[in-house]
Amino acid sequence: MLLRTKLFGKTYEFGGIKELLAKANEEKSGDRQAGIAAASMTERVAAKFVLAELPLWALYENPAVPYEEDEVTRVIHDQVNLTIYNEIKDWTVGELREWIMKDTTTPQMIRRASNGFTAEMVAAVTKLMSNMDLIYGASKVRVTAHCANTIGLPGTLASRNQPNHPTDSVEGIRATIYEGLSYGSGDSVIGINPVDDSLGSVMRLLDMTYDVIQKWEIPTQNCLLAHVTTQMDAMKRGAPVGMVFQSLAGSQKGNESFGVDVGMLDEAYEMAKKYAWTAGPNYMYFETGQGSELSADAHHGADQLVMEARCYSLAKRYHPFQVNTVVGFIGPEYLYDSVQITRAGLEDHFMGKLYGIPMGVDACYTNHAKATQNDIENLAVLLTSAGCNYFMGVPLGDDVMLSYQCTSFHDAASLRQLLGLRPLPEFEAWMESLGLMKDGKLTEKAGDASFFLQK
Amino acid sequence: MDQNQIEAIVQAVLTELKKKEAAPSAAPAPVQPPTAISGQSAKTNALIIDLPDPTTPEVRNAVGVEHPMDMEGLLNLKSTTPARIGSGRAGPRPRTQSWLLFQADHGVTQDAIYGEVKQEILDQFGLFTVQTQVKDKAEYLLRPDLGRLLTPEAKMLIEQKCVKKPQVQIVVGDGLSAAAINNNLPQIFPVIKQGLEASGISMGTPFFIKFARVGVINDVNTVIGADVVVILIGERPGLGVADALSAYMGWRPGPGKTDAQRDVICMITNNGGLNPLEAGAFVVELIKKILKNQASGVELKLKTSEETPEHPPSDVL
Repeated sequence: MLLRTKLFGKTYEFGGIKELLAKANEEKSGDRQAGIAAASMTERVAAKFVLAELPLWALYENPAVPYEEDEVTRVIHDQVNLTIYNEIKDWTVGELREWIMKDTTTPQMIRRASNGFTAEMVAAVTKLMSNMDLIYGASKVRVTAHCANTIGLPGTLASRNQPNHPTDSVEGIRATIYEGLSYGSGDSVIGINPVDDSLGSVMRLLDMTYDVIQKWEIPTQNCLLAHVTTQMDAMKRGAPVGMVFQSLAGSQKGNESFGVDVGMLDEAYEMAKKYAWTAGPNYMYFETGQGSELSADAHHGADQLVMEARCYSLAKRYHPFQVNTVVGFIGPEYLYDSVQITRAGLEDHFMGKLYGIPMGVDACYTNHAKATQNDIENLAVLLTSAGCNYFMGVPLGDDVMLSYQCTSFHDAASLRQLLGLRPLPEFEAWMESLGLMKDGKLTEKAGDASFFLQK
Repeated sequence: MDQNQIEAIVQAVLTELKKKEAAPSAAPAPVQPPTAISGQSAKTNALIIDLPDPTTPEVRNAVGVEHPMDMEGLLNLKSTTPARIGSGRAGPRPRTQSWLLFQADHGVTQDAIYGEVKQEILDQFGLFTVQTQVKDKAEYLLRPDLGRLLTPEAKMLIEQKCVKKPQVQIVVGDGLSAAAINNNLPQIFPVIKQGLEASGISMGTPFFIKFARVGVINDVNTVIGADVVVILIGERPGLGVADALSAYMGWRPGPGKTDAQRDVICMITNNGGLNPLEAGAFVVELIKKILKNQASGVELKLKTSEETPEHPPSDVL
């Protein structure tokens, strides 16, 4: 194998495909921390030139972690449709980029091709994309799913009502749920990150959220983002679980650091199908984020974009209702500033969609990253243009339990009104029936949590 | 397009603009021309903006919803959570006050992260300063690994100045919040010192580490050889709580030891956390427990059935 180009008269040679992929990645502090980033801007572009000529079969045959060593690689490869793969395997990465962009390439054609991809192909083409390429490419692919309602339809934008509380107070969480509902947030899910992962606490919050949903006949699903085994225990004891959640990593070792493996996830998925109170057929919710593998020393020398793409392939195995990257959560040693967070948000969303996943984004940042609320508002507008399925909804963007900032209840309403989008159809009808929304806009009554004290 | 055409267009646009300037409003009512633009008018002089502090609980807890269906109910809802609910809206956007308050709360976190620990605070407790292998704040944020290693000069200075093999070594690190040290050290440090003295526990020579991560206690102890090393370090600021301090400690720290082998008391602050005086007493109790069991972290948990006042270790430090 020889991977080499000249650029401005200078020769750049790359030792292998993993190195080539890492050096072709846009600037990320995590890749630099791992010591695998390009040494200069020109070396980065040189790597992109070589990558553009790489045939897809070379990526198929050289996964970031060998098939024999890693069960995530096995999941990725075992789910490739070989008929489709054989049609595309001689394309170069550069040709794949242009094929996605072409007006003659329909959304259906992309959805079909996605069954022939491996994660490394998805990551590779992403590295050749500009930000607008990522927005435009993602906008071509709509992925819908159904649990208690329908997510991902063109013309809709959903919002996860994320009512976290620093001590899991049932009253405090319910108050924030009311606030969010009054702004039209909660159609993607009423989803709580609990502080206390114990079964009792998780079951208490499942009961409360289910009661709110029943009392107000809300067409949505509830979810407790506890460890998957806690949710499985809760289901066994008859707790009302709408969706089952787990964080994913792109390698077996990375998933071990989350305390999960493919067998456990298979079991959780089967249990969700058996016990969830929702209609389905999509019962799973996953979160991902660039850098989590490196932070667990489970990246196997691969860059964080490649590892992230592998998460989406694993997610696809379980036909999820929703998947989102938590893009700025991990901190500046992986994504340093708003430029890197913005880029990663657009990349992750594009990769998920290219893989055929109903993709949302937690556009967020921590206080030690070089970013502000303005930056994630920008990112949310970009992603909405890209056809992002949903964002998080938190009171004024301040999550008082996770200590980070993300998009707000106000942002969900603003993005819809700005870009002519609606909540999920069942949920919009519900909002209208209560008089909280009319013709896609909030009414006078909206934005008032005390509305929900009437019953 | 030739030059004449361009000039013609420019001329037409300028004429149009002048017309607009001459008639600034649709209503042709005579408008008073501005009498003074020097800022010296009586009206300007009489203008007074003198605001109360919007970060006080009273102002924070104010309801921003203009006509709530149930004002008392909304106040009750607000009282159940520190989340920013009931703030109201301007169309779909936040109201001005709540947006500005959010920015203030973010601003104070940035000042804490990029701020400096005050020299007079360090002098007050006779702390000398050493530095990790990190060169500046940007590198500190990018390279957590370097924040866990002392420079050779630092090790030499510690070697010269510090008592060796004490039972307890206390170090102070800036971490992600200088404000955490500036605001809490004057209260927590004397409590720990006196508490250890009163219990007859020997304490080494304390010092300050610039650009420190928690893991630096491993490197510190290669020089000191203490039974317990405690680091008082600034936490990553949360919105509006920029000065939270943590006390991490471990039994005989050394290379390879991780958070799993440490105990921590976190969220030490006078702003809605554990107050530093009380926290100091907890730190002393935890040190005694570690000394008694000759273990910390998971191992300590296994040795003692009772729960320690422990929180999940933060992965950012």
